[in-house]
Amino acid sequence: MTDEVAAEILTTHILDLARSGRRLDGRGTNDYREIKVEPGFVVTADGSALTTIGTTKVVCGVKLEPGKPFPDTPNAGVLTTNAELVPLSSPTFEPGPPHPRAIEVSRVVDRAIRAAETIDLTRLCVTPAEKCWTCFVDIHVLDHTGNLIDAALLAALGALTHATVPAKRFGIRDADYPLEVKHLPVECTFVRLGDTIVVDPSFDEEQAAQGRLTVATDELGNVVAMQKGLIGAFSPEDVNQVVERALRHGERLRRIAQGSAP
Amino acid sequence: MGSIGAKEVPVLLSPEGRRIDGRRLDELRPLKITAGALHEADGSAYVEWGANKVMAAVYGPREVHPRHLQQNNKAIVQCRYNMAAFSVDERKRPGLDRRSQEISKVISEAFESVIFAEEYPRTSIDVYIEVLQANAGTRCAGIVAASVALADAGIPMVDLLPSVAVGKVAGEIALDLKKEEDNYGEADVPMALVPQSGRLVLLQMEGHLTAPELARALELGVRGCRSIYETMKQALRDRYATGEAAEPQGAA
Amino acid sequence: MRPGPGTYRVDGRIYASVLGLLQRRPPLVRIVPLSGRYIPKPRDVVVGTVTDVQGTFWLLDIGAPRWTPLHMTGTPWKIDFGETGQYLRVGDAVVVAVESIEATGRIGVTMLGEGLGKLEGGTIATISPAKVPRVIGRSGSMIRTITTLTGCKVVVGQNGRIWVDGSPEGIIRARECLRLIEEEGQRSGLTERVQAYLDSTQTPGSTHDHRSHVLGEIPHSVGGPREAEVILPPPADAAEPEGPAEGSEDDARPDGAPPDEY
Repeated sequence: MTDEVAAEILTTHILDLARSGRRLDGRGTNDYREIKVEPGFVVTADGSALTTIGTTKVVCGVKLEPGKPFPDTPNAGVLTTNAELVPLSSPTFEPGPPHPRAIEVSRVVDRAIRAAETIDLTRLCVTPAEKCWTCFVDIHVLDHTGNLIDAALLAALGALTHATVPAKRFGIRDADYPLEVKHLPVECTFVRLGDTIVVDPSFDEEQAAQGRLTVATDELGNVVAMQKGLIGAFSPEDVNQVVERALRHGERLRRIAQGSAP
Repeated sequence: MGSIGAKEVPVLLSPEGRRIDGRRLDELRPLKITAGALHEADGSAYVEWGANKVMAAVYGPREVHPRHLQQNNKAIVQCRYNMAAFSVDERKRPGLDRRSQEISKVISEAFESVIFAEEYPRTSIDVYIEVLQANAGTRCAGIVAASVALADAGIPMVDLLPSVAVGKVAGEIALDLKKEEDNYGEADVPMALVPQSGRLVLLQMEGHLTAPELARALELGVRGCRSIYETMKQALRDRYATGEAAEPQGAA
Repeated sequence: MRPGPGTYRVDGRIYASVLGLLQRRPPLVRIVPLSGRYIPKPRDVVVGTVTDVQGTFWLLDIGAPRWTPLHMTGTPWKIDFGETGQYLRVGDAVVVAVESIEATGRIGVTMLGEGLGKLEGGTIATISPAKVPRVIGRSGSMIRTITTLTGCKVVVGQNGRIWVDGSPEGIIRARECLRLIEEEGQRSGLTERVQAYLDSTQTPGSTHDHRSHVLGEIPHSVGGPREAEVILPPPADAAEPEGPAEGSEDDARPDGAPPDEY
């Protein structure tokens, strides 16, 4: 319910293994757990996807509703990302107002979607300064066994790439049409275990980690968002190495998020 | 209630007695239950019931937070029914609204009526229900999922708690309403049954029914619950199958 | 027949109160649970983690419903008030034995006894407490197979926390065996599958570590002998014809015979 105390010997063991490039579950330092993205999981959403990374499970639903543009961006639609780390998903999560870590997941995913210009927000404008589409990206965590951020963005991307704009339902056009997705950001999260940096940390590895680094990349090879988290530090060389690795993983993750074979 | 403004009411019951999805009045929507759907929870279950998708998880018995809720002679049962923002047609603001809080309360009390809470004093049994896709009857689907999750978590109970809603469509008492029937129906009676005792531990009602109609609704609901009960038990058997299919049928 | 653990009686009939396997041992009818958190019983040996240090005691997480105090008088050390932190710190792992369960739910444990104490080195794996009998196997056959073929030293806590120490490869293989047992523990032929896994991953020189011994059998030396059925797996794979049962007694008897009156 509160923060779980990790057994010191488990943490030490994880660090010991990392020293020789090994991991608790037998993976290599650059291996993801098995990733699956199932688009269209929720029919009440305009776009949705269920994503699993190993046993981590996240569902994302996208909804579009008519709204009013912000005064400072009269020609653009509105994008809102929200992550719910509901207490169903982990013994360490409590009911109540959003915990800072839920807000962090929301914001890191939001930054990647926004910065990569995943959606051209001007295309969501209906009447400048008057009417636009508001696109809600709601992320619901179901099972937290590590690496929520990557799973959350994969689910969001899976949901967005399969979303429909409900224009007919709201009387804005004669027919619904697919949401146009311009770019495809994915996030890769790494943790530092001693001198070794591993990708896709499990829950135990996050507990043992001496720093976490998330890098979002797009399909053009740009780095579009980053977040360093947890207690610990990275050298500039570490960061460069992580970016290289994130770019290489990105290609495969994008294919999975779009629903094609891994 | 039948007509709402000038809106056109769909034909809810055909002359042949078929409902909007082809069911008869006493027929349930397809129900699929997976016990043990999550890794982290002490017990869990996933339910697809018609177009409802509901996940439930149980944690506990465990230490009570906040501590002042602790009871010296028994475990407390804390249920939280929550709907995902995208689970309904019009996006729902995240967080518990008054409806969710009321449903959470009556579900908590239903489970408190069957859990042997005195076996674990000063602890909490936390039941979480997340509605991912809603199509009428989500509280019943939530109770069914949570009940299987409680069994999966090894919580001692009088019995599982099958649950279903009965309503009135086109003047007839009907089992397990789907969304259109619920929207245009004339009554809604969700209930949860303790099969061992034949008693109801959850009962709500809204709409218009005569006393004989209500009696019919209860009869139909109890029968529905007994059928759902079998599906619940089968889900648990499937989860804990021994791989020796023939064996369990042997004479005791 | 009388209602034993996991059952209750109403109007002369006995019903199951938990999901499990029916076991008739006249005069008792009981249900052996198939799942759930660890519920402590006196004389259980468990592996725990220190979560808090107080003046005269430590709080342990043993996976039980309550945090579990270990009083300083229950240790082999001569400790003055306030010095508890010098002996055990938050995150330390220990092996303790359950002494008592009070009516309040308070769990009493001790570190006094053969094989009990602080755990140094190695790592901790967690499995469902209901699977512990499977890890041990008939007369300790499963755990002997694992320790012999991985060269690991193993302490099996009745609470499903399992301490494993050995070479890094040995530990990975031992953990994989535990995962197999966790996932396939109900099926028959488990020992063969674990054996097959170990044979297939055999590395030269990793067997016959002289340190191998089965601490999992400590319970016999703590507080006298214990009932055999507590430590041996439930005879589910052969002797008992009943399937998993929840709810009324009828379910525990799928042959459909009318329930007995007791």
